[in-house]
Amino acid sequence: MNAPATPLKAKDFASDQEIRWCPGCGDYAILKGVQKALADIGTPPEDVVFISGIGCSSRFPYYMSTYGFHTIHGRAPAFATGVKLANPKLDVWLVTGDGDGLSIGGNHMLHVLRRNVNMQVMLFNNEIYGLTKGQYSPTSPQGYRSPSTPMGSIDRPLSPCLFALGANATFVARAVDTQQKHMPGVLQRAHAHQGASFIEIYTNCIVYNDGVFASFAEKATAAEGELLLEHGDPMIFGKESDKGIRMKPGALALEVVQLGVDGITEADLLIHDETDRVMAGLLAAMRNPEFPVAVGVLYCEPAQAYDAAVHEQVNAAHAANGVADMNALLRGGATWTVGS
Amino acid sequence: MSTSTAIELEPTGSPREEVESVVVRFAGDSGDGMQLTGSQFTLATALAGNDLATFPDFPAEIRAPIGTTFGVSAFQINFGARKIATAGDAPDVLVAMNPAALKVNLVDVKPGGTVIVDTGTFNARNLKKAGFDANPLEDDSLDGFHLVEIDISKLTMVAVKAHELSNKEALRSKNMWTLGLIYWLYDRDRKPTVDWLRGKFAKRPDIAEANISALNAGHIYGESTEMPGGIRGYTVRQAEITPGLYRTVTGAEALAWGLAAGAKLANLRMVLASYPITPASTLLHILAGMKEFDIVTFQAEDEIAAVCAAIGASFTGSLGVTSSSGPGIALKGEAIGLAIGVELPLIVVNSQRAGPSTGLPTKTEQSDLYQSVYGRNADSPLVVLAASSSANCFDIGIEAVRLATKYMTPVMLLSDGYMGNASEPWLIPDFDSYEPFPVTFAGTDQVGEEGYLPYVRNEETLARPWATPGTPGLEHRIGGIERADRTGNISYDADNHQRMTDLRAAKIDGIAKDISPQGVEQGNYGGKLAVVGWGSTYGPISRAVGNMRDDGYDVSHIHLRHIWPLPQNLGELLGGFEQIVVPEMNNGQLVTVLRAEYLVPAQPLNKVNGQPFKIGEIEDAITSRLDGQPSAQQYSAQSGDAK
Repeated sequence: MNAPATPLKAKDFASDQEIRWCPGCGDYAILKGVQKALADIGTPPEDVVFISGIGCSSRFPYYMSTYGFHTIHGRAPAFATGVKLANPKLDVWLVTGDGDGLSIGGNHMLHVLRRNVNMQVMLFNNEIYGLTKGQYSPTSPQGYRSPSTPMGSIDRPLSPCLFALGANATFVARAVDTQQKHMPGVLQRAHAHQGASFIEIYTNCIVYNDGVFASFAEKATAAEGELLLEHGDPMIFGKESDKGIRMKPGALALEVVQLGVDGITEADLLIHDETDRVMAGLLAAMRNPEFPVAVGVLYCEPAQAYDAAVHEQVNAAHAANGVADMNALLRGGATWTVGS
Repeated sequence: MSTSTAIELEPTGSPREEVESVVVRFAGDSGDGMQLTGSQFTLATALAGNDLATFPDFPAEIRAPIGTTFGVSAFQINFGARKIATAGDAPDVLVAMNPAALKVNLVDVKPGGTVIVDTGTFNARNLKKAGFDANPLEDDSLDGFHLVEIDISKLTMVAVKAHELSNKEALRSKNMWTLGLIYWLYDRDRKPTVDWLRGKFAKRPDIAEANISALNAGHIYGESTEMPGGIRGYTVRQAEITPGLYRTVTGAEALAWGLAAGAKLANLRMVLASYPITPASTLLHILAGMKEFDIVTFQAEDEIAAVCAAIGASFTGSLGVTSSSGPGIALKGEAIGLAIGVELPLIVVNSQRAGPSTGLPTKTEQSDLYQSVYGRNADSPLVVLAASSSANCFDIGIEAVRLATKYMTPVMLLSDGYMGNASEPWLIPDFDSYEPFPVTFAGTDQVGEEGYLPYVRNEETLARPWATPGTPGLEHRIGGIERADRTGNISYDADNHQRMTDLRAAKIDGIAKDISPQGVEQGNYGGKLAVVGWGSTYGPISRAVGNMRDDGYDVSHIHLRHIWPLPQNLGELLGGFEQIVVPEMNNGQLVTVLRAEYLVPAQPLNKVNGQPFKIGEIEDAITSRLDGQPSAQQYSAQSGDAK
């Protein structure tokens, strides 16, 4: 893992392959943000591995100049775990979507998060199945009309970040495809964390679900619709920075308050503490229009990474048992000699 | 090797009767410790210099309701002064620890065989649970057998009384009392079992000593008591065995060590990713304890995750191995297809069991041959190897690693529940005598004007290079979408798909040049009848063909280790026989493959009752085809007896 001689640029991480996402797809913006983040982080491309499952988002590895593996539907976390078991030094980035990661691959997502395997898990959430032409996904709202739900979906959706917290993830964050100033910083935080860093990235599907996040993800709406989290800062949002979040008196719930009204000041607002799991859950559950949508690092808990612990055990076995001797192994236990 | 002094202690002075070979079956409740009893008797018998083969047969339930027929656990051992090929067709001696064990196992005992029962368990309640209307010890149901009635339960309680255990703990020693008696019966040394008990119960010396007291009491009972039915002790002379250092080994052990040996010879870290499933979990357990061999084990969240993690490890330059049984292999199918497409080494171990679906998890079968050879979507060839015995698993494990890494391909390695659990004596090989086959990873010297090309093949093997993440200049992307020849980039080009499909098939077909030609185990390279087997039917086929050849029949035994690709000379070899019969513990799978590949009139001989073939069943199949035919003559001068 040598530091590169010259600083890396975003384009150093771009492959020569023609990108085949629909024009205007949010994935283009994420690709740009990730390439910028990698250049800022500075890991040499040969030490970076992108692993994906199946779906629009999972074409991602082909567009990176790093090592890449486009695997099978839903199973990317398991492949990525295998990579880290073989070589924990590699910098592994996992790309998945709401269908790949939470429907067919929900089980693997659960386990890679709870084990805390050291990698970045980017879940591109567009609340739709794009590559199979527009069916509803596990994050689509109830009532959503799609080719497979002509009378509206009756499935109750889940929140990816609440799922991650429930799976005992040690790092949970959110970003928005088009918010390019914000995203690389979140990705850098995810990279710095030892363990499975889960990042839900809201992604606009221009063909099948255009504008689904318009109430908070666009330039005109972000200030009012979004709460940008910073550890240690009070939870303030709004065009005029005049709104905030506080604990609702007498309840384990949040509420939006107007600063300067009814004597409410900044001192009444919650201070973001990213080590507070309960708070992270409350923040993850906030939805428009009642609340702003929380983006940034919701939760970060330092813990030992799984792959590091695995190799600690291997090293301990080496230390305890010395040089492995195959002939000694075969001759261990009860043996007997048959004379000639 | 020590010999017991039991002969001098014979109270009646009657000499021991010499027998050439014996089949003993221990049967009891699944909580009675029959498998432990069997494995201790196996060790003592190996130490006594006999050849042997075993068959552990236990229920899927860990502790089925006590006293029921479906909770019966049994361990059969065949040992003798001659070469032993199978666990034996029918027991000479049945030890039945309760009525249910008698009910389930009596049907198999040889006419005139010895039946030893613990009368202490033959009470009304247990008889009812076992489904007996009347006590079989009191009516004529055991006529025709030597019945030995001993209140083992009571004698055990007396023997361990001094150790002041609870009744429940005290009674647990009755398997050791029984073992002591059988040790006396066959003149076995107790010391290895005494040592083993002291080691196993190091933290509970009272339990260890109680078990030793029970073991000794059972032995003394044999020495000092006139046994019912006039039974006296036996001796079984040492077998003529190749000189050298031996141990007993189960298929699961030999396979774990073989894979580890293969990884060492290839100079690779092994990553075993597996999900618990009967009867495959033992491999995971053994390898989990071998971390100092640079083996990483991973208990995945499911079968699919296990194979995917193994492939991820192979992508990263380790040897990815996954292990399961048929239902789990079915779940892994899609990912195995990916490994075929991206052309990475992968070893998939299938410890076969009876199916379909959950089937009979602890009962053996070899019905996943179709699944191995054909069981994936699209044209997706891979290598299929089949182990023929517990000890053979070691060499098969090494060969699987060699082929997977040399040809960049998944290898399916077939074992089965019987082989995995059964132990046999093993002439321990010298690891240093194996030729290493270290993997050469792609290096930066392979970066040409077009950059690194992950699908430019070795002209001889057709294998693509193996470049591992972390190597500068070789960054590349692979995946499940069809890959362009040479570059590996996504390609929807129709001609490229035809070419890549052809290349994948040609690569696997070409492996036939790199495996040993098919030999003949016994008999000639042509003649009236070939018995063609694969997997754990080796023992019974070998003994049956040997017996029939001794009787003058023109029959040969051919046993396949390479199921796919088939050996290059197999078609010609089979063409030299007038008849071919294929015994399989399935409904006819290899037989179909042979008929399809070579247009030969191979006939099936099938058995799927969860038990290995009996020698007699295969002998019957031979006589039914050859009786009335002239006796054996040299059909071909090419070769005589191979073994």
